[in-house]
Amino acid sequence: MIEIIIHGRGGEGAKTAAFMLAEAAILEGLYAQAFPEYGPERSGAPVRAFVRISDKPIYTHSPITNPDIVVVINPTLIDRKENYDGLKDKGVVILNTDKPINLGFDEWILDATRISLDTLGRPITNIPMMGALIRATSIVKPESFEEVIKTHLAGKGEETVHKNIEAFKRSIQEVKHV
Amino acid sequence: MSNEKGWKELPIGGRILNPGNSKEFKTGDWRSKKPVVDKSKCTGCLLCRLYCPENAIHIDKDGKISIDYDHCKGCGICSSVCPVKAIKMEEEK
Amino acid sequence: MKQKRIGLTGAHAAALAMKQINPDVVAAYPITPQTPIMERFAEYVANGKVDTELIRVESEHSAMSACIGSSAAGARTMTATSANGLALMTEIVYIAPSYRLPIVMNLVNRALSGPINIHCDHSDAMLVRDSGWVMLFSENAQEVYDNNFIALRTAEDSRVLLPVMINQDGFITSHSLETLEVGEDKEMHEFVGEYNPRYSLLDTDNPHTLGPLDLYDYYFEHKRQQAEAMMHADRVIREYMKQYSELVNRPIDVVEPYRLDDAEFVYVAMNSTAGTLRVVVDMLRDKGVRAGLLKIRLYRPFPWRDVKSLLGDKHKIVVLDRALSPGATGGALYQDVRSSLYGLSTPIVAGYVYGLGGREFTEEQGLRIYEELRDLDDNEPFQRFMGVRE
Repeated sequence: MIEIIIHGRGGEGAKTAAFMLAEAAILEGLYAQAFPEYGPERSGAPVRAFVRISDKPIYTHSPITNPDIVVVINPTLIDRKENYDGLKDKGVVILNTDKPINLGFDEWILDATRISLDTLGRPITNIPMMGALIRATSIVKPESFEEVIKTHLAGKGEETVHKNIEAFKRSIQEVKHV
Repeated sequence: MSNEKGWKELPIGGRILNPGNSKEFKTGDWRSKKPVVDKSKCTGCLLCRLYCPENAIHIDKDGKISIDYDHCKGCGICSSVCPVKAIKMEEEK
Repeated sequence: MKQKRIGLTGAHAAALAMKQINPDVVAAYPITPQTPIMERFAEYVANGKVDTELIRVESEHSAMSACIGSSAAGARTMTATSANGLALMTEIVYIAPSYRLPIVMNLVNRALSGPINIHCDHSDAMLVRDSGWVMLFSENAQEVYDNNFIALRTAEDSRVLLPVMINQDGFITSHSLETLEVGEDKEMHEFVGEYNPRYSLLDTDNPHTLGPLDLYDYYFEHKRQQAEAMMHADRVIREYMKQYSELVNRPIDVVEPYRLDDAEFVYVAMNSTAGTLRVVVDMLRDKGVRAGLLKIRLYRPFPWRDVKSLLGDKHKIVVLDRALSPGATGGALYQDVRSSLYGLSTPIVAGYVYGLGGREFTEEQGLRIYEELRDLDDNEPFQRFMGVRE
């Protein structure tokens, strides 16, 4: 079982990213669980979302404390040391940043803010960061996630779907292993 | 009470399946005073019939009223509203 | 039957089941964490996916009152609420089973104030424990979905005619996306079928009175009938669980044993915690401890015979309650389990209260319970706490 924690700020789509990733896994016949941090919902405050993916049914309902993967979708949260508490020994960290950084983990970095500004015109970094995660870990196939983008954003028009898929694909190409 | 039906025979949920059966419940024996109509004064205006909470005022063939003593509880409203003072409340014997 | 594996939150699983049931009337008032059930169901109504008359009332007291009116009229009726909403409707919650109205309600479990809290515990369900509703609990989104269909059939069965409540943990289940298998709309609706009410106030050919004053000369008899219906529910719900289980090809029963056969140390729990405890049992087994779990899915009528036969020969049993019964001899579930085992060669039955107000329950806590009780050899009904700061 793979356990993931996504860090973002309230309103940035950390929860949506978690749900989309879980749905992509379920599309592939895997089992998945996704849940937000159940705190008061405050726009702009640091929030977390959790994902579990496994090839067997998932029974536990406890919070994730020892993740395999940590994703930080907002650059201002990278310095918070507690983000990486409990990360497993061979754990992977995926960061949204425009500077080369090395925190001493197995790190992947992506300037997701720039990609989302280029493609969507707004700094919505959750889908680009899932592109980076999928490239770094191969946890699901990119095509599965594209399917989920289509169903999730279907109500927002073809252009929005197209732009998000473009952002997703660019992220897969541009993410770098530190 | 021991003559009443047991739980296995009663309709469930407190339902009453024979509507209108309140007629079978003779509330007349609750009365301590009874209304008595003076037919010579009654004009048949039927104000008492409108006010009666038990629907216990009957209209006779002559258009005047009489009391259904099986159901009249003796509240005295009819006597109180009668514009010609044709209904008197008398002690039950 | 063809099924599709998808991801849904517990709340959306309830809404999907309601859509496939396509009830005649839903009357509800929004409250956290029930809200996403009604949001999603209102979408189905707005998009014409269901024929339901959705009544948007001004309070939960009105919600349950409207449900009672509609169910008495012979309409298939559902609703949903949480915690303080349930508390506000409690007066009317008692009336539904007394009038023998087969209303189905999804209750998203949340702590009853105070202090004010929106997160999970079972104090709301325990408030109405003795109201006369059949009560099902759900480990995950799958069970929420399945329980809705089983609940409806059981409620409407002429041997039962009682309302049924489906519990799921607030946020932990209601707001978490999980993997579940769902059927096609048509086939799922076929399982519940069309509703032919035994009594309808709109049946003008057979007029009847519902709700007259019921004093000492009849009230007791009507309550005795309710007790009898609850006993029937114990049998009838098993029939529908079996039938549904065959339809979806998944085992479903009133209780679910896990690694219980040779177990010496057994956890008993309801809702999402049962899932976490499966993992705890596996961890203990890996260490050589003969641990097991009994999940209670049907809470009212309480399946005491099953509990007795499955747990009667166990050495040590620990019952986990997610609700506090201050001053009582342990939590509500603890008392039920302990009573079911009374008179047997006295297994030790210990009770813990945990997870109040949404305090997380972790695998580590499950293991700690075993450590704390390993050497326990008295059988006092002492209330223990797990997860509270000392």
